[in-house]
Amino acid sequence: MAKRETPEVNAGSMADIAFLLLIFFLVTTTMENDSGISRKLPPMQDQEVEPPILKEKNVFQVMVNRNDDLLVEDELMDLSDLRQAAVDFLDNGGGVGPEACDYCQGARDPASSDNPDKAVIMLVNDRNTSYGTYIAVQNELVAAYNQLRNRTAMELYGKTFTRMEADYNDVNYTGDKELLEEQIQRVRDMWPQKLSEADRAN
Amino acid sequence: MAKFKKRKTEMPAISTASLPDIVFMLLFFFMVATTMREDTLLVENTLPYADQVEKLDKKDLVMYIYAGKPSQRYQASMGTEARIQLNDNFASLNDIQQFIFAERESKREELIPFLTTSLKVDEETRMGLVSDIKLELRKAEALKINYTTRTGDASQNLD
Repeated sequence: MAKRETPEVNAGSMADIAFLLLIFFLVTTTMENDSGISRKLPPMQDQEVEPPILKEKNVFQVMVNRNDDLLVEDELMDLSDLRQAAVDFLDNGGGVGPEACDYCQGARDPASSDNPDKAVIMLVNDRNTSYGTYIAVQNELVAAYNQLRNRTAMELYGKTFTRMEADYNDVNYTGDKELLEEQIQRVRDMWPQKLSEADRAN
Repeated sequence: MAKFKKRKTEMPAISTASLPDIVFMLLFFFMVATTMREDTLLVENTLPYADQVEKLDKKDLVMYIYAGKPSQRYQASMGTEARIQLNDNFASLNDIQQFIFAERESKREELIPFLTTSLKVDEETRMGLVSDIKLELRKAEALKINYTTRTGDASQNLD
């Protein structure tokens, strides 16, 4: 009897099927992972509540007007200088006695902020300011806080604040997470982000 | 004398047997790396640049609010004034609170405090609209927000 062979299954069209699927996924795919500046909005308050009175020297006013000009303490400034100006203000540590700041390295100018806990950055924008400029300013101010936090974290724990936060969010981190959380909180408390926003109505 | 047979020298055909394997490999890569686009954009959405960014990893805990000028093909009906987009529709400011509540409703209760609102706003939008959106979010008590940006030097926003 003649040897009978089972015919092989033709796999030639396999490539076509796979290509079809491949093209479908290529078209529908979006690779980017969203990232951005995270902020917390203040909760709604009753109208009757008196806003706390701040000393003028503890307030750093950053204003962006309708022509996207940057005004810091009522003077025109370039965006590239904003970060350093904010750092100088926060790091000033001009307070004396109980308000002194022992980790500040600034000029200790009595006419500028007392300590980082008191220092408030006030961001005022116009309704006609463009969103791109607003984000650029926000970015610089957040960068100023990050720079100071990194410096303090480096001094205290030998690594940057950004690194600590990344480690904290990393599931593969082998160190003590509770300790790390405590350290992060400590650095955050030393440089609290006090960024107040106001919208100038017009 | 030996007779040489005239041999035809034909190029051997390239085997395509491994082609499916290669294609499958690519296919699996894209299947794993893919995330489906959730909303169809109706507005122009060129995000501004920033470099002090944090990643938004938990995609299921993010609500997206888009804003910007209507795209080219909607400009005839919607005008060129910046608009808000929620899900797949144009929306007005009053719809935001409703949208937040509906999103909360669809999530498990213990996850609600972790919900973040991602603001995807075109860089040319005026701040007035953004401030209005933020006010609505405060009213709805959705206080965690993220200004979604592209990663890059922030000074590029000014050009």
